[in-house]
Amino acid sequence: MGKIFLFLLSAFFLAFRRPAKFNLIIHHIKTIGVDSLSVVLLSGFFTGMVMGFQGYYSLRKFNAESFLGSVTALGLIRELGPVLCAFMVTGRTGSAMAAEIGTMRATEQIDALYSMAINPVKYLVSPRIIASLIAMPLLTAIFDVVGIYGAYLIGVGLLGVSSGSYFAGMENSVVFNDVYSGFLKSVSFGLIITWVCCYKGFHAPPMATGVSQATTESVVLSFVMVLVWDYFLTSIML
Amino acid sequence: MIRVVNLYKSFRGQQVLKGVNLEFATGKITTIVGTSGCGKTVLLKHLNALLLPDRGEIFVDNVDITKLGQKELYAIRGRFGVLFQGAALLDSMTVQDNVAFPLREKTKMTETEIRKKVEERLAQVGLEGMGYKFPAELSGGMKKRAGLARALIMDPEIVLFDEPTTGLDPVLATGIHQLIARTHEDFGFTGVVVSHTIPQVFDISDNVAILANGVIEEIKPTKEFQASQNPIVQQFIRGETEGPIQAL
Repeated sequence: MGKIFLFLLSAFFLAFRRPAKFNLIIHHIKTIGVDSLSVVLLSGFFTGMVMGFQGYYSLRKFNAESFLGSVTALGLIRELGPVLCAFMVTGRTGSAMAAEIGTMRATEQIDALYSMAINPVKYLVSPRIIASLIAMPLLTAIFDVVGIYGAYLIGVGLLGVSSGSYFAGMENSVVFNDVYSGFLKSVSFGLIITWVCCYKGFHAPPMATGVSQATTESVVLSFVMVLVWDYFLTSIML
Repeated sequence: MIRVVNLYKSFRGQQVLKGVNLEFATGKITTIVGTSGCGKTVLLKHLNALLLPDRGEIFVDNVDITKLGQKELYAIRGRFGVLFQGAALLDSMTVQDNVAFPLREKTKMTETEIRKKVEERLAQVGLEGMGYKFPAELSGGMKKRAGLARALIMDPEIVLFDEPTTGLDPVLATGIHQLIARTHEDFGFTGVVVSHTIPQVFDISDNVAILANGVIEEIKPTKEFQASQNPIVQQFIRGETEGPIQAL
């Protein structure tokens, strides 16, 4: 258990040691952020639309359909946005990270880095961690906005909730602390995903089954850790 | 001078090296031969501390590298070049970028100087004009040559060759051996070759050592090694199944 924490500490420590790897950080922002955009947009939009239906159905029981905007925005910004976005990024990018680094281990590319006196943690892991800390909150913000629009389309466009009450309710109920909570979650989830997936790839047994096993484990462990950490963070921040 | 003293290494309870003692003469090529799976690559990976021993010491110019901190270890590794069995080229980069990689990471050379040196090295290994290709687009022999160009780009004092001709046809294998001999002549490095391609590997070796049963059974200048009466050496050279080396 200590090994995985030491791995994170060393990746963090090396991230701030010269020379800085700006080009690699930008490259990984693209692979984590830009390349995950389509799946985040799609999942955010459909999540929002489902929330529009379910929210309307539940709120109608209490004659409170006008609160649809508040419920959707709070649910997405505080909880669903960061968590579902983290799941999407894990599936889209985290698994690829584990597989890529695991393959590099199996084909001696990591040994080659060591033998060229280049620290593979600094070269392969630190830039990915910094990139995920930047990309995840941005992806989550996009997920939230698209989700709110999806719920708007269903609630206002299809089910007849007033457009004014949808946005006014949102404006009244969402405070800075909600946005901050979502932001903090997304940053920490980004860290968890990159940390777990890079660690699993880095320590994959050097064979085909080892890489596939590491990839599966990285996805499952990331999901579990995101949910467990979400519970603790929610209980602290409420 | 590299000196290995009483080296022990085991993996999951299986003892691979059982007290290896060996010296590599400076500026010479020493080849370690032995049956597949006898621990040659394990021994090679200890020489630049890619693996750490359970017990024993490895001295590089009288410095025990098994006791070094990370910073000193990276400095020592900078003196080595390694040609891996599968070449271990970084598959996300072109050949040119692979060869240039150590220069970009470890030196302050300008891009123009780097390009010039990379082109020189690629030409020396017969890969001029191939720099734009990715490793996946290369044949086995081309990968080895690109790996050799990368191993030599920092002008290392010591070059480790892990089975440089495994998986290549005899013509290509001879070509790689000639390339190692030629680059050794040009650069004068201390070479350690792990191989079981005999007798071809004898042509490039100054000294030959045989690893069997987890220890170095014999190390001698090439001619003397070939004439050795040691039954392990003779069985290995002749490729016989009967003898002190267990075939299966």
